[in-house]
Amino acid sequence: MDDGRPIAKLPQRFEDWFAARGWRPRPHQLELAEAAAQGSSALLIAPTGGGKTLAGFLPSLIELADVSASRSRRHALHTLYISPLKALTADVARNLEIPAREMGLNIRIETRTGDTPPAKRTRQRAFPPDILLTTPEQVMLLMASEHPRVFFEDLRAIIIDEIHAVAPTKRGDLLALALARIGAWAPAARRIGLSATVADPDALASWLGGVQKEAPPPPLRGRAGRGGVQKSARRQPTTSAPHPLPPPRKGEGDALIRMQIIRGAGGAAAHVEVLESEALVPWAGHTGRHAMREVYEAIRRAKIALVFVNTRAQAELTFQELWRVNDDGLPIALHHGSLDVAQRRKVETAMAAGALRAVVCTSTLDLGIDWGEVDLVIQMGAPKGCSRLVQRIGRANHRLDEPSNALLVPNNRFEVLECRAAKDAVAEGALDGEVARVGGLDCLAQHIMGASCGEPFEADALYAEAISTAPYAALTRETFDRALATVATGGYALRSYDRYRRIVQDPNTNLWRARGKQAAQQHRMNVGAIVEADYLDVRLVSPRTMGLRRAAAIAARKGENTAVISRANALGGGRRLGKIEEWLIESMSPGDTFLFAGEIVRFEAVMETEALVTRAPDAREPKIPSYAGGKFPLSTYLAERVRKMLHDRKSWKHLPEQVREWLTLQAQRSIIPKHDELLVETFPRANKFYLVCYPFEGRLAQQTLGMLLTRRLERMGKKPLGFVASEYAMSVWGFEPLTDVDMDKLFDEDMLGDDLDAWLAEAALMKRTFRTCAIIAGMIEKRAPGSEKSGRQITFSTDLIYDVLRQHEPDHLLLQAAFADAGEGFLDIRRLASLLKRVKGRIVHRDLDRTSPLAVPVMMEIGKELVGAAGEEQVLKDASEALLAEALG
Amino acid sequence: MLSRSRMPMLSDSHRAARRAPVSEPTPAPAFIRNGDGVHVRVGATEAETHAEGALFIAAHGALVVSDLHLEKGSSFALRGQLIPPYDTRATLKRLAALIERLKPDIVVSLGDSFHDIGGPARMAPMDRKELKRLVGKADWVWIEGNHDPEIPGALGGRTMRELRLGELTLRHEPREGAARGEIAGHLHPCARVSSRGRSVRARCFAADGERLVMPAFGAYAGGLNVRDVAFAPIFPAGAAAVLMGRGKLYPVAGARLIADA
Repeated sequence: MDDGRPIAKLPQRFEDWFAARGWRPRPHQLELAEAAAQGSSALLIAPTGGGKTLAGFLPSLIELADVSASRSRRHALHTLYISPLKALTADVARNLEIPAREMGLNIRIETRTGDTPPAKRTRQRAFPPDILLTTPEQVMLLMASEHPRVFFEDLRAIIIDEIHAVAPTKRGDLLALALARIGAWAPAARRIGLSATVADPDALASWLGGVQKEAPPPPLRGRAGRGGVQKSARRQPTTSAPHPLPPPRKGEGDALIRMQIIRGAGGAAAHVEVLESEALVPWAGHTGRHAMREVYEAIRRAKIALVFVNTRAQAELTFQELWRVNDDGLPIALHHGSLDVAQRRKVETAMAAGALRAVVCTSTLDLGIDWGEVDLVIQMGAPKGCSRLVQRIGRANHRLDEPSNALLVPNNRFEVLECRAAKDAVAEGALDGEVARVGGLDCLAQHIMGASCGEPFEADALYAEAISTAPYAALTRETFDRALATVATGGYALRSYDRYRRIVQDPNTNLWRARGKQAAQQHRMNVGAIVEADYLDVRLVSPRTMGLRRAAAIAARKGENTAVISRANALGGGRRLGKIEEWLIESMSPGDTFLFAGEIVRFEAVMETEALVTRAPDAREPKIPSYAGGKFPLSTYLAERVRKMLHDRKSWKHLPEQVREWLTLQAQRSIIPKHDELLVETFPRANKFYLVCYPFEGRLAQQTLGMLLTRRLERMGKKPLGFVASEYAMSVWGFEPLTDVDMDKLFDEDMLGDDLDAWLAEAALMKRTFRTCAIIAGMIEKRAPGSEKSGRQITFSTDLIYDVLRQHEPDHLLLQAAFADAGEGFLDIRRLASLLKRVKGRIVHRDLDRTSPLAVPVMMEIGKELVGAAGEEQVLKDASEALLAEALG
Repeated sequence: MLSRSRMPMLSDSHRAARRAPVSEPTPAPAFIRNGDGVHVRVGATEAETHAEGALFIAAHGALVVSDLHLEKGSSFALRGQLIPPYDTRATLKRLAALIERLKPDIVVSLGDSFHDIGGPARMAPMDRKELKRLVGKADWVWIEGNHDPEIPGALGGRTMRELRLGELTLRHEPREGAARGEIAGHLHPCARVSSRGRSVRARCFAADGERLVMPAFGAYAGGLNVRDVAFAPIFPAGAAAVLMGRGKLYPVAGARLIADA
């Protein structure tokens, strides 16, 4: 940003260093140094490759250059750098050592992650380095360790990298709370946030700096500290209304800390293409198989390509298919979160060394260290959101003056529309608006426990800290007190656990602290918000030894100590390929083949926490774990653009001919809805009657809609049989005609009341959501001192706990937390609520005599999956019916 | 009684051989559909299974429940995991409804009635009162379990190691080897079935026509797959299962039950 303002020069030794490298400090680097010199915090927004990380550290290096000369200075932590990626801390540390060494700065730079040996961690607490690079979880842990104030009080700078990726998550909630606590111990510490381009920088700035309450609550005396600071209606236990939003905030003016927003210069505009495949674009599906040859050609023409996909299964499939057409034997690698860490590091190293031509990857490579040589980004499947696409495109060509090249490859016809909309959005520089996140109550509970393990606290003070953070700005004192009670005794109305308190209040000082060392120890082992699905390690063993392993497992379970066990142990582990979600393995039978780590493997057995597999080179078509669609829902903003484009015939001319013909046919047979309308079609087909609608709100929200509409149709006596949802459309069917249904009534917003409530009671997804909340809040432990509980036990018992709690205390804080999560996560109720509101009075119903062209893709999804509790009963019924059939047949 | 059709022999050996490495196919039908209900044969005696996880032996007016594991919640709270304390209440509520509906002469709690020895002392007063009320409604037999070798006399009822009802023997831990007419608990059987690419795991009654293992009744009790080796000595020829769905029972042939992978 060159606005002609004179910018202070850097100290001479820094200017010399830049000059020696043939560089000049960039304007945003200077601006940030100046802001820091004035004691101001800053949010730096710059595209990748703009020297952002160095900018963040420059002020610290300048300050440390002065003090580092003194030999007698005491060990004190000056700068804390927090990155969401563990691997990034090591990379950044290495890059930071270079200027420090070359300028002869006598400073200590260290990293601290979950992998740091205990001895080193202990030493770091006794003799802190000048700069510590770490993860959010380690910050929470340090806050919950003994005498945390001593460790943090000298802190002068906190740098948060990739802040846009952390802030809107539960990790962000916990980090914001921890920062508020650390801020109270180290008031002199300035904060620096490093962010990619975002739609709403002000919101991110207030996340970074905290928010100033108009009237801070007066200190309250008294034991429970139950004050009437803000009396508000208790949040409804069930999500009968849209998710409550925090009150509107102004941006910088309200910041708790003086905060500047600094923008780095934007790079050259990206060059984005949508692949127009010669082949027939499929009606449905997510494989991208039809275009693989063309994708391969694009890789061949590029120097190095990153091939992004949306799910792990798609990554495996794309990798497999690319190698099938890899006539030139190009070095193409695979990278996703389920692969073994060592394997992933190997790929990253090869990439950095320029030894690869392409990497097929998932969001694992959305963030991370820059690779200068990448000149093409390929997005397989629709990008689902503009911001993610921009981030991914930014991974190509980190030289700012050259445009990034990107190729979007739609998997099916609707995705052609979506890719086209995304391309236009990138050209306009438009980004998805993020909805401000409301902090999770499970995270609040974990924070309260963590605080009690560190420095004992006064409830009033901890509450004041909490509401100074953006995610908890709207937290009422009443809810805070309930969270406190949940931590202390479980928060049950039946006060039977008062004698098993986890935290206790000193009657003289009113300070809360963890009850005993063991409670604190337990907490520290379970810190953080990353609750992964239950994973099993995938281990490759030889078919020859499978029989022996099986026999050994049986002997071990019987408690026999036979020779077979020691012989099996002598075989050793076999190679660890990575990890896989337990539910995927559960759906497989021994002998099933699937793609993993780039090869076809045969599932043999589960032993303890490992899934044993053997090679299956002879299998040509693996049974791929059925993964319908991606995990990212279509963003609201992009959905809006797709709806507009659909209605705007002028824009059709940019579409491939086969897609244009499809839409033209739809206009003849049915209609093309206006962008703010919801088209509902009913038609008969093969003795059944169908209702199809096109909300374009993503699979999650539409799946919830399907579930609720089915319940309603059931009550109307329409005997619905099932439904299916895609990213764009939803279809319900049954034995009765649906022509005469009052659509306005069917789609009325009141379905979010009792229908939703009744359905949630049984939803398996709800139980999974609850499990995460219960673990984060510390009701159930991921890990107990001494042993790691196997995930399977936890899964089973949380379902039972959910049922019991819901029946006996439906208002419980953690159920409330789970419902709030469901509103955004698995069930996307918030999105559904806004959909129903949007289409009220704008429903267009067409009764047709056959399937419409637009309905074809969703009709092809039918029969692929069963959803929800009804599905579970169906499975039981099938098994039972089969018994009958076998018996009578 | 309306039409009652006995199940013929189930044999599906090639399939069982592929699915079950440790056991042979079920030799004799153990379960009989009876309208919406399911009857089970134990030796020569027939009994009704109930979707709550209870067994009613009409010939003796006996209601059998197993592994209540009362106060499991508070035993975890003792160790710092504050899971909801309502498990005892939930378990007793289901039991009360069964007693109300079936009006049994005898109620048999087949062992592990409490999760641990300290359980009875930790009970909330309200729950203790409710339990005593239920015990007073029938001839109440506590079978001793491994988790609760002693039941305090103050709760009422009589305590036995095992109970004989005609040809039936009711005990907590199933005997290894043949035991015609045995009804036991202890193992918390559950079963997994799959269809349409999905699998479901549910608590179940496990039986082979000779003997029966009861599902756990307690709200927080876990489960062990009937395909686990622990069941092999009890059902040498494999067992069929009645799976507990939502308020409904589903009898399933042994050959269709799958292991937890």
